[in-house]
Amino acid sequence: MLAALTDRTWLWLAAGFYFAGFGLGTFMLVKRGRPASGATYILIALGYALQLAGLSARGRIVGGCPLGNQFEIYQFTAWSAITLYLVVGVTFRKSLLGYFTSSLAATLTLASLAIPHWDGGQRARIFGNNPWIELHAALAVFSYGVFALLALTSVMFILRIHSLKSKQLGGWFSFLPSIRDLDHIGVRLLGAGATVLAVSLAVGSVYWLKDLSSVNVTKLLVTVAIWLAYVVTFGLRLRGRLLSSRFAWTCLALFAAALLSLGPVDRSRHTAVPKEEKRTP
Amino acid sequence: MSGSGLFVIGATHHRAPLAVREKLSLSAEGAAALKAEFAAISGLREFAVLNTCNRVEFYGVADNAEAAALVSAAFCARQRFDAAEFAKIRLDLRNRDVVRHLLEVSSGLDSQMLGETEIFGQVKEAYAAAQAHGSTGPVLNRVFQKGFQAAKHVRTNTAITEGQVSVANVAVELAQTIFGGLSDTRILLLGAGEIGEKTAKAFQSRGAAALTVASRRFERAMELATALGASAMPFEQREARLAEYDIVVCATSAPEIVVSISATLAAMQQRPARPLFFIDQALPRDVDPAVASIENVFLYNLDDLAKIAEENRVAREAEINKCRAIVTEKAEALWRQVAAQVEGSAAPARPQQKPA
Repeated sequence: MLAALTDRTWLWLAAGFYFAGFGLGTFMLVKRGRPASGATYILIALGYALQLAGLSARGRIVGGCPLGNQFEIYQFTAWSAITLYLVVGVTFRKSLLGYFTSSLAATLTLASLAIPHWDGGQRARIFGNNPWIELHAALAVFSYGVFALLALTSVMFILRIHSLKSKQLGGWFSFLPSIRDLDHIGVRLLGAGATVLAVSLAVGSVYWLKDLSSVNVTKLLVTVAIWLAYVVTFGLRLRGRLLSSRFAWTCLALFAAALLSLGPVDRSRHTAVPKEEKRTP
Repeated sequence: MSGSGLFVIGATHHRAPLAVREKLSLSAEGAAALKAEFAAISGLREFAVLNTCNRVEFYGVADNAEAAALVSAAFCARQRFDAAEFAKIRLDLRNRDVVRHLLEVSSGLDSQMLGETEIFGQVKEAYAAAQAHGSTGPVLNRVFQKGFQAAKHVRTNTAITEGQVSVANVAVELAQTIFGGLSDTRILLLGAGEIGEKTAKAFQSRGAAALTVASRRFERAMELATALGASAMPFEQREARLAEYDIVVCATSAPEIVVSISATLAAMQQRPARPLFFIDQALPRDVDPAVASIENVFLYNLDDLAKIAEENRVAREAEINKCRAIVTEKAEALWRQVAAQVEGSAAPARPQQKPA
């Protein structure tokens, strides 16, 4: 029976679990004034397993890593962010990180499922038979997952600063991690994300050097611009030039820009790479 | 009210003012001697003594009505306290009320500082001492052990222990929301008075290790630093060396500002990435209020801390009904388990005390 489920059904189920985590977290915060940390972690973990099943099914259909359109990129970004959350979330078990992560994952997955044309331009074997290009794409999108988690910790950082400066420390503000913990994890996530994206670009550049005509200039410029922006932010943070709230707002703005750039990049690829075959329903 | 069975006799902060509690407080030697006297009371099968700064309570299981009265009399005689006066302020409960009382005490519901957790450890110590003394039996063993489980249940399932309610502990909790663990934070205490000392001790009790004391009277700073295992610094260096510290506790009686905004700005230029937390407990204030506008600098004064403590206290009080419902349910269940042993004759006698 499970084998009969389509890739999108798996992904809908996963989105349902992420949304359940968000819903339960909201209910607990409103009604009891505390996050449902353990239950949220379990719901996210179940959603993650279902999403993995959905992405695997999609991967079998397209014969590679499912990164062929905006829908798949959003799904993979959410999956990458959850992967990291499941690792670092244990440290922040009693904090609001799980709640924020489930909110982000629910938003990304439900939005991508609800907008049909995001999944309209599926191309099978878009990476041809070149595993390096597939690795390049997978690493790039994984780095977006890292930046997604960075954006979440940045939101938490801004809320924590606001609560301390405005002296409103009760209620759910009390479940935010400390400023120093959030700052440390922010710097580490930024470093990790920039490194992963750098590796992705390095892998891609080897291929591009061999066949320059295959390069999608829009995609290349946008990706390099985003990577450079993150690297500059990282450098400024390490040199003590971009700190505290300004650092958090910058990370948030960069992620918004990265996310918004996915649409134009995907559209430019549609024009550059013709559809090879329709997605199997 | 029957005099036999399970009882608790004592005095607590509810009815005994501090001056009276001082007279009733048992020294270690006094408690040991009193236990020996209790052991000799005929019909007193089991007993345990809980002795804290806010309460002295004697829990016991007696075969007859006289045993509880003899406990009371022995205590008054040892403390040279008038028995008639003691009767006026005395806590005197029997059977299921004792179970309920012990659960409330262990949960912090009966504490002067509602929801405090220190009392739980004190009750455990009292029980351990009674066990070691051989003065507990099947009834007290069950009541205390199940009481501990109930107290843990209350603490886990309600918000009765959340949020600090003393100004010093609120300051420490705030520091933790900024720095997380305090083991690697450097703390500067400005002023060597009682308030500053109390706050410094609260920080040390949560793992803060690097403490420096600066006072306008350097010898007083040295004295306090020695007592706290800290280092001392000349008061005049406070602004020049501000960048070395993460947390500054200000509690001087200086009539003017002792930490200026210019000094704070200079300090933050040297350590822009590390937050700086000022706890201004002085009146008049020690820290220029304008420093609160600097990025990565946090300033809380006495009013701010008192307001948070009060909010936490109100929040804890809002949990009381929920806690009492749990305690009532657990106490009833526990009483049903021990009632037969308390009232019946089947219960074995308290084991004989081992000779010293």
